[in-house]
Amino acid sequence: MRALLLLLVLLAAPLRAAEPRLVTDLSQSRIDISYRFAGAELLIFGAIQYPGGIAPADPPGIAVVLRGPADPLTVRQKERVAGVWMNTQALRFESAPGFYAVSTTAPIRDLLDERNAAIYEIGLRHLQLSPATAADPDTTRRFQDGLVNLRSREGLFVEQPYGVNITDRVLYRARIPIPSAVPVGNYRVEIYLIGKGEVRARSTAPVIIDKTGFERDIYLFAHDHALLYGMSAVAIALALGWLAGMLRRRVA
Amino acid sequence: MDLYLPIAEMSVNALLIVLLGGGVGFLSGMFGIGGGFLTTPLLIFYGIPPAIAVASSATQITGSSVSGALSYYQRGQVDLKMGSVLVAGGMFGSVIGSFLFRWLQSLGQIDVTIGIIYVVFLGTVGGLMLRESLGLWLRRRRGDDLPARPRRHHPLIAGLPMRMRFPRSGVYISPLAPFFVGMLTGVLTVIMGIGGGFIMVPAMLYVLGMAAGVVVGTSLFQIVFVTAIATVLHASQSQTVDIVLAVLLLLGGVVGAQFGAHAAQKLPAERLRLFLSLLVLAVAIRLAVGLTWTPPELFSIQTAF
Repeated sequence: MRALLLLLVLLAAPLRAAEPRLVTDLSQSRIDISYRFAGAELLIFGAIQYPGGIAPADPPGIAVVLRGPADPLTVRQKERVAGVWMNTQALRFESAPGFYAVSTTAPIRDLLDERNAAIYEIGLRHLQLSPATAADPDTTRRFQDGLVNLRSREGLFVEQPYGVNITDRVLYRARIPIPSAVPVGNYRVEIYLIGKGEVRARSTAPVIIDKTGFERDIYLFAHDHALLYGMSAVAIALALGWLAGMLRRRVA
Repeated sequence: MDLYLPIAEMSVNALLIVLLGGGVGFLSGMFGIGGGFLTTPLLIFYGIPPAIAVASSATQITGSSVSGALSYYQRGQVDLKMGSVLVAGGMFGSVIGSFLFRWLQSLGQIDVTIGIIYVVFLGTVGGLMLRESLGLWLRRRRGDDLPARPRRHHPLIAGLPMRMRFPRSGVYISPLAPFFVGMLTGVLTVIMGIGGGFIMVPAMLYVLGMAAGVVVGTSLFQIVFVTAIATVLHASQSQTVDIVLAVLLLLGGVVGAQFGAHAAQKLPAERLRLFLSLLVLAVAIRLAVGLTWTPPELFSIQTAF
């Protein structure tokens, strides 16, 4: 038994070595949201390590994904009821990422087949949102498209078909734009090396997006001491209003 | 100048928000209104999430009403007895409002409800004001004498039990009537982020029949307390009060109100009322258009439900 295991390991070692490896680094592993935050750009770069150091002749396919924390949400659709547009249908999704960006060397359908794209969730069409409301596939698709359209317009869902630059078939580089309305939380960068329609190698790196300084203090105060925060807000408003009244009378 | 709002979780142009507050402040200084019915829709139009626009607008109104309420009080133009009944009603109404708000939110009908309430109330009040000021203007052109308005409360009010004397307001009515008026504005404050003066003042004059001298001061008194309660309710229940946003609006509003009050002195009162009625009607029409025209986006996302 032990001999068999040893044999397997010995056999597997050269096989593993024959697969290329991805080395990745980020411009920053933490994005701080301060009072001046108006969006940011994350630079993701690295190199492909080929076994033996020889790059194949055809250019490699790379997909870079930045994924934010997933939360449940409800998508609603408006319909005209007695002349007024109001929400009628709703569909709940259990896990929709608050942010999702994918950057690739070529359009995703040219790199991967549907099955593989769905397995690795590469591409906005292939997100697994786990619909919680029972509905026929067409309806689910319609609501999913509605969600993707809305978030794309807000810059929270991004697809860049030619966003990854390759240098000398070894170095890769992608820039992911991050809007100011980005949700805070733990993010993950995933880099996939794709060849012949399959994922050959992958690497991941964590990114933290969080508020800092004054913005963070206010946010925590509002959430941890909600009642006190409300009363402070009233006190600030009253003080400002009263001060303004005093100044007004002084001027008049 | 971009500024990140900690609760709304988005970056806004701080200068634009201050200008927005200033513009609304100008109109409120000119017409003697709170201006919440302009602030909330404008903030939502700018892209602030509706729940945060409503809550922060209430906070701003607390600040912008306090100095007015104080100066009316010093001049003896606040009926504290009537004001207390209105505040009690407002407290009750704001609690009802916050339940109503969450219930409508869970149904996904909060936006359309807010829209319809705005159109109905602003359309009615604006229409009545326009009719009155046009009638006044026509009569004046013909040189008729202005008929003195008979100051009496509405006949329905007389039927309510437990009548009390409110000497300052010069009425002898059941406290249930002002309690109900206060409650209605309290509901509206929580749901729509407005002070509710544009409903309370006509109700005090024409339904309760209060003396004109104490109407504005007493309504400001009620607004300060009820918007403060609404702020605390929003902050503790849904964490939607963005103090940075409220302070920006206040900064602009304070300056704008100065210029507005100055401009108002150069215009005759009837002209002002005519302009105000047109402004109110314009907002109502704009919102009615928004409700009935095909929206560019049929889908909407709601998190946390």
